[in-house]
Amino acid sequence: MGKLRLIFVKEGRAVYISHLDLLRTFQRVFLRQGLVLRHSQGFHPHPMISFALPLPVGQASDCEILDFEVTEEREGAGLTEALNGFMPEGIRAVDCYVPVHPVRDLAAIHCKVDFIYDNGFSDNIAEKIQNLLLGDSLVIQKRTKRKAMADVDIRPLLYSLQILEESTTLHLDAVVSAQNPGMNPALLAVAVGTHLPELAPDFIRVRRVGLLDTEGRPFR
Amino acid sequence: MDKRLERILPRVQKPARYVGGEYNAVMKDRAAVDTRFAFCFPDTYEIGMSNLGYRILYGVLNEMPGVWCERVFAPWTDMEEELREHQIPLYALESGDPVGAFDIIAFSIGYEMAYTAMLNMLDLSGIPIRSEDRPGLTPLVIAGGTAMYNAEPVADFIDLALIGEGEELLPEVVELYRRAKREDWDKPRFLRAAAQIQGVYVPSLYEVTYQPDGTIQSITPLDGAPEKVYKRVVHDMDKSYYPAKTIVPSTEIVHDRVTLEVFRGCIRGCRFCQAGYVYRPVRCRGKNQLVQYGEEAIRDSGYQEMTLSSLSTSDYPELVELCDDLAPFCGQNHVNLSLPSLRADNFSMELMQRLQKGRKAGLTFAPEAGTQRLRDAINKNVTEEDLTETLKTAFSGGWNAVKLYFMLGLPTETDEDVLGIAEMAKHAVHTWREHASNKNRGLRITVSTSWFVPKPFTAFQWEGQISREEYERRVKLLRGAMTAKAVTYNWHDGDTSFLEAVLARGDRRLGRVLEEAFRRGAKLDAWSDCFDLNRWMEAFQVCGLDPEFYACRQRGKEEVLPWSMISCYVSSSYLWKQRELAYQSMPTPDCRTQCSGCGASIVEGGECYRG
Repeated sequence: MGKLRLIFVKEGRAVYISHLDLLRTFQRVFLRQGLVLRHSQGFHPHPMISFALPLPVGQASDCEILDFEVTEEREGAGLTEALNGFMPEGIRAVDCYVPVHPVRDLAAIHCKVDFIYDNGFSDNIAEKIQNLLLGDSLVIQKRTKRKAMADVDIRPLLYSLQILEESTTLHLDAVVSAQNPGMNPALLAVAVGTHLPELAPDFIRVRRVGLLDTEGRPFR
Repeated sequence: MDKRLERILPRVQKPARYVGGEYNAVMKDRAAVDTRFAFCFPDTYEIGMSNLGYRILYGVLNEMPGVWCERVFAPWTDMEEELREHQIPLYALESGDPVGAFDIIAFSIGYEMAYTAMLNMLDLSGIPIRSEDRPGLTPLVIAGGTAMYNAEPVADFIDLALIGEGEELLPEVVELYRRAKREDWDKPRFLRAAAQIQGVYVPSLYEVTYQPDGTIQSITPLDGAPEKVYKRVVHDMDKSYYPAKTIVPSTEIVHDRVTLEVFRGCIRGCRFCQAGYVYRPVRCRGKNQLVQYGEEAIRDSGYQEMTLSSLSTSDYPELVELCDDLAPFCGQNHVNLSLPSLRADNFSMELMQRLQKGRKAGLTFAPEAGTQRLRDAINKNVTEEDLTETLKTAFSGGWNAVKLYFMLGLPTETDEDVLGIAEMAKHAVHTWREHASNKNRGLRITVSTSWFVPKPFTAFQWEGQISREEYERRVKLLRGAMTAKAVTYNWHDGDTSFLEAVLARGDRRLGRVLEEAFRRGAKLDAWSDCFDLNRWMEAFQVCGLDPEFYACRQRGKEEVLPWSMISCYVSSSYLWKQRELAYQSMPTPDCRTQCSGCGASIVEGGECYRG
């Protein structure tokens, strides 16, 4: 069986496509291209297709991973261009290859989080936020699966952070844990809102820019 | 994307329906088009994108060079609040440009409960809702769809209505508009010229006067507008546009599949059915073309579901052959073929069994009435034996869930007819006991009743709707008679059906009521969670109009009906004759068996059914 890994960009209008809808969308993209996916062998066969790390609705990414299986052994070469003719706006395949590393080796997400302040901000804001986020602990309230609120320390899930000031925007460059447990980079804004409410941004934009393995090298 | 929009989208439910960008959405260069067409559907994205007619016209218009047709849907309440709070005007999905900047704003109105959604969408666009408050040629507000056979309740708001099928008519109107814009015509001049196109109804060119009792005295065309506006029809379905390449939504919609329209019209002539009369005559699409379109649409979209659509799909002459021809392609590509709107006869059931693979979903039938006498009266030519035979096949084939739809309050209905519904349900349980192949799975029979709404251009257009008290009494009577444990009985909430009955046969005085109800918060009346009859009752009171005058009153044969200036070619005398036959419980044969001379055959040169 031919296992393949597709790396794609999700941005613009496409950031609002939910995980489940994206799954359906890709199944159709493959069918449009004439690529036959392998199906599970159960009573209700489903196509062998999965996203490595579901992307929260509203966030953009340069490096989404889709693993899938096709019925015949084949190389990924040429498939990116072939698929790109059949995508909705905002989704673009950038690479396709036979995967070597399993998804469990995916350790960290490199992301950019923009904090936008409509009325600008005061001096030293970057420093204050950096001190907060990189302190000993960073406790926020999170809804658990049982719908109750619980205190969670997200500090261990934040691996590195740099902040750059530019007019009305703070550009956060962060590396966060990818899985077991992973961290939604948007929680960085929640943390600021919790501990420094006066510095909470009016709006944030999140974009995944890279994936890292356990050694901190680019994940492939 | 609009930065303000970016802020609110994370807060609303299902934001993907507000952004466009789907596969096959048509993008054009603003500089290369001269006419911007905002095609508005007065309901949510999920409903609007499921409408085949809407997709057809989107395709037809975008094939016109220089014209860019874009989609606009009604926002859900959370999105509407955000839009209003942040003063973002309603925008079109393709370009994101505000609707107020478009040349033509067109509404596809399938039924009456969408009227307030139309007003709300105009208001959200910052466009004055009343036609008289829009003195210029632009924006031009037009409407089409089945509800426009009686456009009177919205006569004050729209500049013109399109009657009948839009494939040819709509481009003609758009071309005339482009000429008017080039030559700098004023709005009255354009409307006068538009009224000369067959199928265009310009409400402002008709003067309506009333008698002291509230009925209409006269309807007078002005400025050369035609005495009668005849609907437009597509003559040759094989030459008409089919959207084989069409938008594939990136989020789930109601009918998320390829829809093949096998024919238009219906041979049956059920006397309550507006679609059955206004879409006459029956026009079929050729089988080979359907197969080709079906394959094309599946390949292009990547869908794995296809459905055959029409008013009564089992009446497609080559249905078995069509399914046989589609089967190999569907099999190879794992495409599931489904057939909705089948009749409860054995032929359909056999076909279902052949198509259905794996899971056996529920079956749905609409006998509409509980006794043969009443079914004859409404000309629903399904017999109890038909249904029993069908159920036999279904139960022995492994189906164990059946839905049965009925109407309460049909003309001539008696308590015996009401109780007949319970009898039919009992009978179905009995049939299951005798024929079920696997009784361990149990049986589920769902009986649903709705409150009959008389519609214009049907044999029952003169009838009064039964009163609410009477409707509720019949529901109660039926509830008491539904004793079988396997049977679940659902009845339709009365509020919506009552208002629908008012609006369906309303005159243009209802415009004030519509506006008042809208000002009081009515906007998505098709959704029970948003609908509130009290708002409407207050609006009627403020306007000094009695809703029962419209819903419950029996009209006389000579009364000037508000839609008298419109014709779907089926003559009024024919409808009256059908009404008389109903009162004698006399059925009329279907069009294929024998032409009963309704008048629609003139469309096809005097002979509308061949073969």
